[in-house]
Amino acid sequence: MTIALDTAQARPKRGFWTMARRDAATGYLFIAPQLIGIIIFVLIPLGLVFWYSLHEWNVLAGSFRFTGAANYEKLLSDPAIGEVMSVTAVFSAGLAALNMSMALGLALLLNQKLRFMTVFRTLFFSPVVVSLVAWTIVWSFLLQSNGGINGLLQMIGVEGPNWLRNPTTAMISVIVVQALKNVGLNMILFLAALQGVPRELFEAARVDGVPRFKQFYRITLPMISPTILLASIVTIVGALQVFAQIMILTQGGPGFSTTVLVYYLYQQAFQFYLFGYGSTLSIVLLVIVGALTFIQWQLRRKFVFYEN
Amino acid sequence: MRRTMLKTTLAALAVTTGLVAPAFSQELRMAIWSANEAHLALFNEIGAEFEASHPGVTVTYDSLAFEGYVTTLTTQIAGGNPPDLAWLFDTTAPDFMAAGALYPLTDTFAKTEGYDIADFPAATLTAWSRDGVQYLYPFSTSPFGVFVNNDMIKAAGAKTPAELIAAGEWTWDNAIATAATVAATGKQGLVVRDFDFKIWENLAEIYAGWGAHPWSEDTKSCAFNSKEMVDAMTFIHDAIFVKKALPGPGVAADFFAGDAAMTTTQISRASLLPKDDKAFDWDLVPLPSGPVGDYAWVGRAGIGVMANAKNPELAAEFLAFFSSKANVAKLARFFPPARQSLLTADVLSAANPLLTKEQIEAVVIRGVATGQSTQQVQNFAQLQQTVRAGLDGLWQPQADISGVLNSLCDRLNPLLAAN
Repeated sequence: MTIALDTAQARPKRGFWTMARRDAATGYLFIAPQLIGIIIFVLIPLGLVFWYSLHEWNVLAGSFRFTGAANYEKLLSDPAIGEVMSVTAVFSAGLAALNMSMALGLALLLNQKLRFMTVFRTLFFSPVVVSLVAWTIVWSFLLQSNGGINGLLQMIGVEGPNWLRNPTTAMISVIVVQALKNVGLNMILFLAALQGVPRELFEAARVDGVPRFKQFYRITLPMISPTILLASIVTIVGALQVFAQIMILTQGGPGFSTTVLVYYLYQQAFQFYLFGYGSTLSIVLLVIVGALTFIQWQLRRKFVFYEN
Repeated sequence: MRRTMLKTTLAALAVTTGLVAPAFSQELRMAIWSANEAHLALFNEIGAEFEASHPGVTVTYDSLAFEGYVTTLTTQIAGGNPPDLAWLFDTTAPDFMAAGALYPLTDTFAKTEGYDIADFPAATLTAWSRDGVQYLYPFSTSPFGVFVNNDMIKAAGAKTPAELIAAGEWTWDNAIATAATVAATGKQGLVVRDFDFKIWENLAEIYAGWGAHPWSEDTKSCAFNSKEMVDAMTFIHDAIFVKKALPGPGVAADFFAGDAAMTTTQISRASLLPKDDKAFDWDLVPLPSGPVGDYAWVGRAGIGVMANAKNPELAAEFLAFFSSKANVAKLARFFPPARQSLLTADVLSAANPLLTKEQIEAVVIRGVATGQSTQQVQNFAQLQQTVRAGLDGLWQPQADISGVLNSLCDRLNPLLAAN
């Protein structure tokens, strides 16, 4: 008892600012600007959008009336929503498949040790830095029935279709225009991943007589699978948020054939003045993006290879 | 004593630091969809005159892009930053009036000395009022005519519209025949300006000649499948896909750039006519007659004051000044006036030196007097999009015209009934 008392008296009194607390405070200070930004520009707007989705908001009249789940009920009975969702799914799947396969193909080609490779890499990456609107406007001219693409086709004796006026070719056109715009970004990611694959694995496979195609799907694909996961998440989320291309190229037409969810949301909120319903659609978009990202993240256990 | 000194010091500080001046200053901002330099110079001139008689007031014009104009305006309103005044389409005005978004102007116009509201024919005021209250000033009542490239038509060996008019043969059939003759030479025939297979309302310049309307007179049911509309759309479809007289979907052609023989548009576009070595022998003629005989089509725009503007009374006062007889006479250069007293060949030809008195008489004065215009309906934006999507099926060479129009009405009727 005496000994314990002596020990307690001997221990120096600890202040509030212990080393651990000081480190934690420093850490919080470092992340504070980003955290404040996320709260102000992400979380609060997100909360507001959800709040608006529970209201009928007539911008012109300045009225703002709480309607509870009415907008969500309207969503379920909206006759156009099924068509919009299927168009969105086709667009996103088509864009992701085309973008990723093109990017991987280009990365494999540009991973060779040949002359002028830097020039080619720059060339394929350059659309990424071009203004999206300018890029799409140029393509809208190229895709006209008397535009540049059909002019080129005519030179080889082929009569091109009216790209943006037919439901099938309009969808293909917007997918291709968007894929070409961003293919460089995924290409650079894949290129970096390819250059991180150990050469000795290929050398060992070559010694064992493994054909090149087998090398690709037994070595290359598993080794770059973390990058494929990242690229697929980013590409699909980006595809679900496409707007400007649809606005400039097709305005959702012909018919409803290219009316994707974000464009439909824009129409409801900003053209038809239904801000409450528009907010509901944006919550739906958020849920879809979140669910798809979660599924992809869960699938990593099965398909993604990590060395550790 | 100490308190008085404090007040005096604060007042002096406020004056010297310029705090007082902004408190009395007032900025009026008008949203417009023109960025034309000549239009802006004239607007600024009128704004400067108002500023001179209202110290502390500044007038600015916010040129918004024509594409998405209403969307931008709505976004500004939603964001709590509405303009004080705005141009509005006659298709948009009913929604704004019904929602109470506009400030009533009747009293302001009545108390403005010399304004003379009776100078406006009743028909020109109807579109801009609700329940007997005036909400917008009928800014532009602009008839559509046909601009003609005589050089191109003569080179193709066809009769010019002037020759057809002289022979009493200026009909849509003959206009399309002339356009088809030019199109056969590799140029384009007739361009319905700003239609581009999206803004279908512009086809009214043609289908009005068949007596067709998009919806019934009470705006409660669809009229796209009426006999008149089916006949008109069949004519237009044939002109596009069989006679190739109108540029097909996805074909870009600009009359003013010398791509086409004719275009239907408003007289304000005369400023786009090419000059110098690109100039050509041009003419402006009325719309051809259709199965219903001679007719005219008028595009309308109004100017209103936003109800939630910072100072709607002052904005309304400016609008009364802007639309005074003297200013409307100046504006007539670009925007045909609704004021009866100014609707004369003398006033209009002085304001439009490019046009002859005959052209003004035939197209503008007759057009304003007899012109039909869009049937106003609420919720137009949604109807417009539904029709646009529905008519897309029509712009195919093998389209089943009646089938497309019936299907369009199936989509449109519930929306119209709910209005």
